[in-house]
Amino acid sequence: MEIKQTAIDGTLESSDIQITVSQGTAGVQIELTSDVAERFGTQIKATIAQIANDFQLENVKIKAVDQGALDCVIKARTITAIQRALQTSAEPAWEVL
Amino acid sequence: MENKLGRTLPADVMEQLQLTPFQTTEIGNPEVQRTAPQVRLSTGNDKVTNDLKKIIQENVHDGMTISFHHHFRNGDFVFNQVMKIIMELGIKNLTLAPSSLTGVMNDVAIEAIKQGTVTAITTSGMRGSLGDAVSHGLLAKPVIFRSHGGRARAIENGEIKIDVAFLGVPNADRCGNANGSYGDEAFGSLGYALMDANYANKVVLLTDNLVDYPNTPASIKQTQVDYVVEVDQVGDPDKIGSGATRFTKDPKNLKIANLVSDVITNSSYFKDGFSFQTGSGGAALAVTRYLRAAMEASNIHASFGLGGITNPMVELLEAGLIDKLMDVQDFDKVAAQSMKNNLNQQEIDASWYADPDNKAAMVDQLDVSILSALEIDTDFNVNVLTGADGIIRGAVGGHQDAATAKLTIICTPLVRGRIPSVVKSANTVVTPGSSVDVLVTERGIAVNPQRPDLLAQLQNVPGLQIYSIDELAELAQQIVGTEAPLEFTDRTVALVEYRDGSIIDAIKQRKD
Repeated sequence: MEIKQTAIDGTLESSDIQITVSQGTAGVQIELTSDVAERFGTQIKATIAQIANDFQLENVKIKAVDQGALDCVIKARTITAIQRALQTSAEPAWEVL
Repeated sequence: MENKLGRTLPADVMEQLQLTPFQTTEIGNPEVQRTAPQVRLSTGNDKVTNDLKKIIQENVHDGMTISFHHHFRNGDFVFNQVMKIIMELGIKNLTLAPSSLTGVMNDVAIEAIKQGTVTAITTSGMRGSLGDAVSHGLLAKPVIFRSHGGRARAIENGEIKIDVAFLGVPNADRCGNANGSYGDEAFGSLGYALMDANYANKVVLLTDNLVDYPNTPASIKQTQVDYVVEVDQVGDPDKIGSGATRFTKDPKNLKIANLVSDVITNSSYFKDGFSFQTGSGGAALAVTRYLRAAMEASNIHASFGLGGITNPMVELLEAGLIDKLMDVQDFDKVAAQSMKNNLNQQEIDASWYADPDNKAAMVDQLDVSILSALEIDTDFNVNVLTGADGIIRGAVGGHQDAATAKLTIICTPLVRGRIPSVVKSANTVVTPGSSVDVLVTERGIAVNPQRPDLLAQLQNVPGLQIYSIDELAELAQQIVGTEAPLEFTDRTVALVEYRDGSIIDAIKQRKD
């Protein structure tokens, strides 16, 4: 799938994560900022990468600013940001959910 | 080397400093020897000066131990003023022994360590950039963390031998009579500073408010003071403490507070004349609100409230629900004001408050204590010193001391963001699980298996969900997922003393 526009979801509130999805050129690139990166960074990146994979994104840049979000929040924010970037927000990707 | 709690301690450092590993919370009845300070005689006519530099030059020398109190908290101007002059004079190799270190002291403390001015520290806590720097190995010698009671004990028995104490006060007369109640920077109880005034070889008061002789009430007395130094300002009144401590509005904390109140009121300790102490965390403070309603409904009043005093405690005193407040520190202006005006609010020093090597401390008489935690492990051991990243960012405070209460309740959210509070193994152990009785989280409570009597009292209380602490740790892990372990080097950056002086844990340097 092709990224059509840069899109964002999430806030910088505690326990949330802000995901920015934009076009990339070198596979799935994830840039993570998080206070809990040391303990949960690998897991957060894996969760985001899994969703990018579910959407069959080949080249994408995903910037994640995490404030200690739980996995369910990370998934929800990532799915929404990707759908906005794909301009498919009106058609939920049931197979990914 | 491991102590009784299975915490790994550095054998070489322990041997070098002649320290013993933690064994037990029992103190027993041994006989101990206290020390006394040297006294430079004076008739009182040569004490006042405005030349701080001269006083420091004449009294502070390489290798000495100097001390400060932290009653001004983040509004403190004394520490930075004194330390800057000490650095300017090129004095080296000092041991810093304050009652605690607050954020406003961080920059100067770090600079003093870098210059070799300070080469050793003992304190109750440290935070922010200083905690971070020490956790990354800034200081060659390990920091010794002590509880407020532990510090009092160490000062009395000479483990901490203070050469010069620099004590900021909001008022003083020309001979050194001073209190914490009057003046622009009034903070109330001088509890921690009274130890330094009593045991330091030289006591230097700093004040911006020289009042008529004799000044009363005299918490610090002219018999203890060598110099009274006039300075421009000892602190920023707006940063010393809030006007009145507000109750939390966080629903999670309120739920926890409500559950804590249920635990107390359904325990056998909730009877007329009981005593309690609350910590300064959000949930711990809010307990007072629910407890008050229960006390009024059951017509039960408390004989005393202890510790750091806040507005909610003062309200109970004024409502006649508590007979006395025993006050080692005031966290807000209402509490400070109340100590000045209410004879039933007694200023106590850190020894009277919590020193285990004593002919009885207040904490020994305490029924219920409500304390917070950064982490609690499945043996009920509590960490209040290092964060989830292994960095020093807290204080022992009175935690170990108040935990000796007959009913010690630790209240904490099960998780904070993605950080679990109930864990299999805590980063650092400050308070041993054997002195903790009940854990309260928003999901439910856990009772220490060594207290079947409490379990029996609490197990049929409506709304009180009882789990084992392992179940709560499991639940927390399900919520946050699996963590990668933190990496540390072998170097010890700090040792945590139990209140009796034995070593309860070691803090290692973080690996970058």
